[in-house]
Amino acid sequence: MIRMIGIRLFDTIPTVLLVLTLVFVALRLLPGDPALVALGDYATPEQLNLFREQMGLNAPLWLQYITFTWNMITLDFGRSLISNVPVVDILARNLPYTIELTVVATGMGLLAGIPLGVMAAVYRNKAPDNGVRAFSLVGYAIPDFYLGAVLLIVFALNLGWFPISGGGHDFASRMHHIFLPAVTLAMVKSAFIGRLTRTSLLEVLGRDYVRTARAKGAREGRVIFRHGLRNALLPVTTGLGLSLLATLSGSVAIELVFNRPGIGSVLINAIAERDYPVIQAGVVVFAFFVVLINLLIDLAYIAIDPRIRVK
Amino acid sequence: MSRALLKVENLSVDFGPVSNPIRVLNDVSFSVGRGQAVGLVGESGSGKSITSLSILRLVPEPPGHIAAGRVEFDGCDLLKLPRNKMPEIRGRDIAMIFQEPMSSLNPVMAIGDQIGEAIKLHRALDSSRRRERVIELLKLVGMPDPVSRLGSYPHQFSGGMRQRVMIAMALACDPKLLIADEPTTALDVTIQAQVLELMKKIRSEVNSSILLISHDLGVIADICDRVVVMYAGRVVEDGDVKSIFRTPKHPYTQGLLQAVPRLADDRERLYQIAGSVPAAGSIKQGCPFFARCSLRQNRCQEQMPPMFQFGSEHSAACWVTAEEEVS
Amino acid sequence: MTALPSTRLTSAPDSRTLFVIKTVFLGNPVTMVAALVIFIFICVAILAPLIAPYDPLAQSYLTINIYPSAEHWLGTDQFGRDVLSRLIYGSRNSLIFGITAPFLAAIIGTTLGVTAGYFGGLVDRLVTRLIDLLLAFPELLLAIIIMAALGGGFWNIIVVLTIAFVPGFARVARASTLAVKQEPYVEAAISVGVRTPTIIIRHIVPNIAAPIVVLMTLWVASAIRLEAALSFLGIGTRPPHPSWGNIIRDGLNNIFGSPWPIIGAGLAITVVVLSFNLIGDAVRDVLDPEGGE
Repeated sequence: MIRMIGIRLFDTIPTVLLVLTLVFVALRLLPGDPALVALGDYATPEQLNLFREQMGLNAPLWLQYITFTWNMITLDFGRSLISNVPVVDILARNLPYTIELTVVATGMGLLAGIPLGVMAAVYRNKAPDNGVRAFSLVGYAIPDFYLGAVLLIVFALNLGWFPISGGGHDFASRMHHIFLPAVTLAMVKSAFIGRLTRTSLLEVLGRDYVRTARAKGAREGRVIFRHGLRNALLPVTTGLGLSLLATLSGSVAIELVFNRPGIGSVLINAIAERDYPVIQAGVVVFAFFVVLINLLIDLAYIAIDPRIRVK
Repeated sequence: MSRALLKVENLSVDFGPVSNPIRVLNDVSFSVGRGQAVGLVGESGSGKSITSLSILRLVPEPPGHIAAGRVEFDGCDLLKLPRNKMPEIRGRDIAMIFQEPMSSLNPVMAIGDQIGEAIKLHRALDSSRRRERVIELLKLVGMPDPVSRLGSYPHQFSGGMRQRVMIAMALACDPKLLIADEPTTALDVTIQAQVLELMKKIRSEVNSSILLISHDLGVIADICDRVVVMYAGRVVEDGDVKSIFRTPKHPYTQGLLQAVPRLADDRERLYQIAGSVPAAGSIKQGCPFFARCSLRQNRCQEQMPPMFQFGSEHSAACWVTAEEEVS
Repeated sequence: MTALPSTRLTSAPDSRTLFVIKTVFLGNPVTMVAALVIFIFICVAILAPLIAPYDPLAQSYLTINIYPSAEHWLGTDQFGRDVLSRLIYGSRNSLIFGITAPFLAAIIGTTLGVTAGYFGGLVDRLVTRLIDLLLAFPELLLAIIIMAALGGGFWNIIVVLTIAFVPGFARVARASTLAVKQEPYVEAAISVGVRTPTIIIRHIVPNIAAPIVVLMTLWVASAIRLEAALSFLGIGTRPPHPSWGNIIRDGLNNIFGSPWPIIGAGLAITVVVLSFNLIGDAVRDVLDPEGGE
């Protein structure tokens, strides 16, 4: 098991390098001059040149690549062009809000989605199942930022139950601030998790070992939760990873809707303000998250499934 | 013989939509006495497995549906029992071993826990006593080094070892009746022999009654006292092992016995019954074996024969042999 | 790269295609309603200049933040623009991206996947690694990352949406190619010396078309959603041109003025995406029964 984990951990190194390379390619080689993007169409050639010099864009490409990779790995993101604050500080200030939102929303989505899926599977083709199916169809179709905007209008603006912007400071106010954004993302998530749990559980409940459990004298509750769900959750774990990432990307729009601090709003604002070092750092942070979450999923898999563990 | 432990009477099971069901079990009756081992034989598709699943009410519903009949166990009709009472019977009074050892064990539960669960569900033992019992059971089924295997998972065992685990699990609560549904079919031939030996050992050491389902007459002859022969969802012959093997009365049983290879065989080719088992529900009238029968007469096609008695412990459903007997 | 795969994907309607269309659209009332919604959506997009009651870009200080009325069915926004007209023009945007991106991605992705699957070796290893990496990113996140580098605008959106969908097509095409390559008729063709391009075009592509078409229909909805999300984030369709996403963005900035642009545009996205999803599911059930859920 430890060896498996070791191999998996080691495997992330080339992935991280590959991701950094792709980000570098995307930022430097794609059409669009970073200097022009940063300074706007009306910048003079002198300004552009000065900017390139400052950002090290006049160096040979291979040197730029090595500098870039090294800086990113050592978390040296430079300073914001707008506020002149070190980018690391900006990220450190905003990261907790994004993580908080992603974790709370995913947790809520799981808490709602798994029971929904179990209910749909147990009452297959009956009213609860049809209800869950309708819910998940709408959940797949409705954009999270629209749902968020509607919740914001109804519960924050009209009813005044929740704040309309910000992230909160102490624990209580943070929870108060996070509620609507998290519910928004969680509703979309629970549709996905519910559907996945249903499919997976239905498949598992038809397996021979479930019949064995019944033949032993296990009651339905035990059959479903002890024997069915544990096996059914294997594919859900993969789904959970995807869903965690989808929630992370969804948080970008949701932060905008609820005017919340977070990496997503930092990135989007940086794009609007053409704050090049911040854009670069934001992109790299998101990419690292993707690698990290994929790693966590694989580790979770090793923990849950004994067949993988021993191999 | 004392009162039978299990009495199946006129059991009928349907599959498919309620509006247009297919009858897969038709009027099946047989019994298992206390301490007896009864074999249920028939080709695949004859309804053996459905019969055994019906006893425990494990037929998946839908699409299955027990249409009629009684399953009297220890004087109580299991089919009349409220659904939530069945788990108390399963595993404690009646335990079952399935055909597919590869897929019948939960892949994410250690085998010690799976056997332990069977005990925990019916007996109030603390965890250390339960562990002892699990080890004792594993020893009984011939698992080498049982203590160290408690934490192992099913995928770490061979098919034969998994079947031993299944058997240990079934024996966990000393059931009054042990149903074994083709326990050796899915295994390699050498392993089959070992598991068969184990079944025999259990037969002599544990005082459970056994209902052994198999398509292999040899296996049945080895272990059982009585034989019930099924064909196309019906019981066609029922009797003690000796009389059935010596004087089979149903042409189907006769065919089955002829098809068994023997060591002292000098036949060039093995006998085989011409044709194949009719699709479930396709026979609406008359004897289901009619199309393949060498003794058939006109009335066989029109009327299903009842079970005729041939001696006190032997009966068969055939017009022709019954008439011969009388004349 | 040539457009060869695409000509195969959209081959002339033969009896099988007709069967598929019939089963999909006349299968059950829900998909029929969905098909009707899509039909209306396409008509609205094409006929936008004829249907729209006002110029979607015309601003007026006299008509700011009007609630729904006889003149303005869905009210007006903070610039006095008619919301209904903006929604109608916005449908064009959704339709164009919704169809173009999956189509282009199908061509590129299939080419990549078939190449990797058929030739194997180093090409395969590189393509697979790249696909796996890109697939690890949710489409929206990938799109945001690339948009951050490229900036908004029509062509950039096309590029980004296409890149977001390419890995999915490539993976499916590669897997199907590997399967088809094992088939005796392909091995036979190889052994009698049929030229490789001929084998690919005659044997491989027609046999992997079904899953690709399924994917294409499923991703129309994703493309519409994705474009809306990017425009909402301000890195998609540039204002003042209306897109359902940036209508919601404008609406959010004017949330104290009028909620109607948000409600209207959001409903439009939801209903159209839902309809495309339903049709996509129906196509999948018919073409690729085993690939369900």
